[in-house]
Parts: sequence; structure tokens; C-alpha cells
Amino acid sequence: MKKYWQLFKNGLVKENPLLFLMIGLCSSLAVTTSFENGLGMGLALTFVLLMSEVLISLLRKLIPDSIRIPVFIIIIATFVTIVELLMKAYMPDLAKALGVFIPLIVVNCIIMGRVESFASKRTVAESAADALGMGFGYLWVLTGISIVRELFGNGTFIGMTLIPEQYTIGFFTGAPGGFFVFAIFIAVTRLIRVAYEKNKGEQK
Amino acid sequence: MNEYLKIFLSSALIDNVVLIQFLALCPFIGMTADVHKSNGMGVATSFVMVLATIVTYPLYHFVLLPLDLAFLQTLVFILVIASLVQLVEYYLKKSAPALYSSMGVYLALITTNCAILAVTLNSISKGYNFLESIVYSLGTAVGFLLAMVLMAGIRQKVKLAKIPAFIKGTPVLFVAAGLLSMAFSGFSGLIK
Repeated sequence: MKKYWQLFKNGLVKENPLLFLMIGLCSSLAVTTSFENGLGMGLALTFVLLMSEVLISLLRKLIPDSIRIPVFIIIIATFVTIVELLMKAYMPDLAKALGVFIPLIVVNCIIMGRVESFASKRTVAESAADALGMGFGYLWVLTGISIVRELFGNGTFIGMTLIPEQYTIGFFTGAPGGFFVFAIFIAVTRLIRVAYEKNKGEQK
Repeated sequence: MNEYLKIFLSSALIDNVVLIQFLALCPFIGMTADVHKSNGMGVATSFVMVLATIVTYPLYHFVLLPLDLAFLQTLVFILVIASLVQLVEYYLKKSAPALYSSMGVYLALITTNCAILAVTLNSISKGYNFLESIVYSLGTAVGFLLAMVLMAGIRQKVKLAKIPAFIKGTPVLFVAAGLLSMAFSGFSGLIK
């Protein structure tokens, strides 16, 4: 049990795909203009990642090594199409807001990277733990960025107006604001990590 | 003619693929540490981008639509791009070994470049005709190249600059990208 917890925690902070591995960045900046979009994108990616890792881990002994990449791409693209159709049917507003970024989950480096380096070598349970860790690691950063951008850019949070309109800063919802907020996120988490490791080193 | 110029300018500058649309950030951050590498990546990606649009557009309109298979769009397009990259790789290996050895490493990475898939999907969803979609992909390719070259240049300067310790490394790159993005927002008044 401890092993799975370790794998899960790994993706959450230590090897967070966005903040430390620097992969899968595109969608994280483009869709984070509002909390709902960030959450929706994070959940969609977590679903695709979990399903593809589990399925590929199940089939890992059947897939010939030489054609593994095309096989992975087909499996991932299938799950992405499922998510896309479901979202269009049940959450049309969200599907419209996320737009081209839903089909683009196919080429998200997080999924391809984890499938290639992890799921194709490990057992199903381990892959599931890794997928959940990575997925939630992506999810929390995405929701974090989107809360900051929505709050300062629009003054709203889940439909409530917290900051009156005349005090909001439009910069945050624009493209440059995305880059800045993300830069601050990386800087702060790195600072915390350095402080934490220093602390740990002193205790030993 | 005017219409094509408009599409070209808006895809290259106003809606710059990297700085305004946030596509292809991985090569933008990962490959720009070295000027030569970033140029190689930029040229190779642009080439595949235009080629992919030329192939996927007729495929969608003459194969997928008549057969009522439009929902397979994503799946088919990514396979086309992956095989195109493979083809280009074989062709270059055979006919231009010098170019291949300088570009070879990046070719494999291009499959997972989200800008390419996005361009092919966008030119369908925006309802462009064949020529317009080629112009659109060309414009996007130029925009991508421009962003890569600019970022590689900035990184050369950043190496020499004194940077506060807490934003050293990646954070400062995103701040630079943010400033570039602000500059590109200035183009938005170019076309009415």
C-alpha cells in the first residue's frame, strides 16, 4: 500500500508534470482563464491519462516493441475522442470554452511521456497510482492558476463577485498574464521545495 | 488577394501560435537554449505543419465527410501527422543526409508538437477553403519560427544578465515570454 502512496505523491509534488518536469504546458496556460475551465480540463486529462495507462499496462506484453508508439497514439486518441464526444453532449458550454484544447490532449506530452516511460513497463495497479498522481498534480496546478487569473482578471470566483469591477486587472485574463502567473507559480513552489529540503537536511 | 494577406498576417502576428494561443510551448521552452537547435526545430516544424495541412484537408473533405466519419477526425489526423513525420524522416535520410543529421533529432519530436495538430483541426473548424488553409498554415509556421528565433535571442542575453535567485532558470523564461506576448498583443489593431 505504501508503495502506491509513494507513486501517487511523486506526481503530486516531487515530479509535478507542470512545475518540475515542464511538460504539457500548452493547455495549462490557454484554458486557465476561469476556474470551471481549469477544473474541466484537469479532469478530462486525468481521465484520459488513467484509462490509457491502465489499458496500456494491461496490454504491455502483447504490444510489439517496434510499433508501440503508433499503438499508444491510437489508444490515447480513442479515449480523447470519447471525452470530446461526452463533453459535447453533456457540457456544451465547457466544450466550447475549451475548444481545440480537448482534441489536443492527444499530443499532450504528459500522457505520451508517462505511457512510454511508466505504463509500458509496470503493473496495472502501479500505473493507475502513477496516473492518478500525475493527473491530480496537473489538476491542482491548473485550478490554482485559474483561480488566481479569474480572481484578479474578472473579480469572480465560482460565480461570486469578490472584487468590484473597477478594481479588476484585465491583464491577468490576457495571454501575457498567463505567462506571468505561471512564472510566479514555478518560482514559489521551487522556493518552498528548497526551504523544505534544507529543513530536512538539517534534521538529519 | 487581400483576404489571403489578412489570414497570413493574423495567423503570423496577431494570433501568434506560441505567444497568444499558447500552443507548442514545449519546444518553445525546451529547445531554445541553443540558437542552432531552435532554428532547426523551427524550420522542421514549419515544413511538417504545411505538409500536414495539405494532406489532412482533402482527407477530411473527400474521405471522412462523405463516409460520415467526421468524429474520427482527431484519430485520423494524428496518425497522418505521425506517418508524415516518419516519411519526411526516411526521405531526408536517403536524399539529404547532411540536412537529416542536423534535423533528425527534432523530427521525431514533431509528432507531439501540438501546434501541428491544432493547425490542421483549426483550418477545418474555421471553414477555410483549400488555398486559405494553406495560407493559414504558412502564416502559423512563420509565426512559430519568429517566436522561436526571438526566444533563442533573448535567452542568449538572459544568460549574461543578473537575475534574482528566486526566478532563476525557468521562471525568468516565462516572464520573458510574457513580455514578448505583451509586445505581440500590440499587433491586434493591425487588421480591422
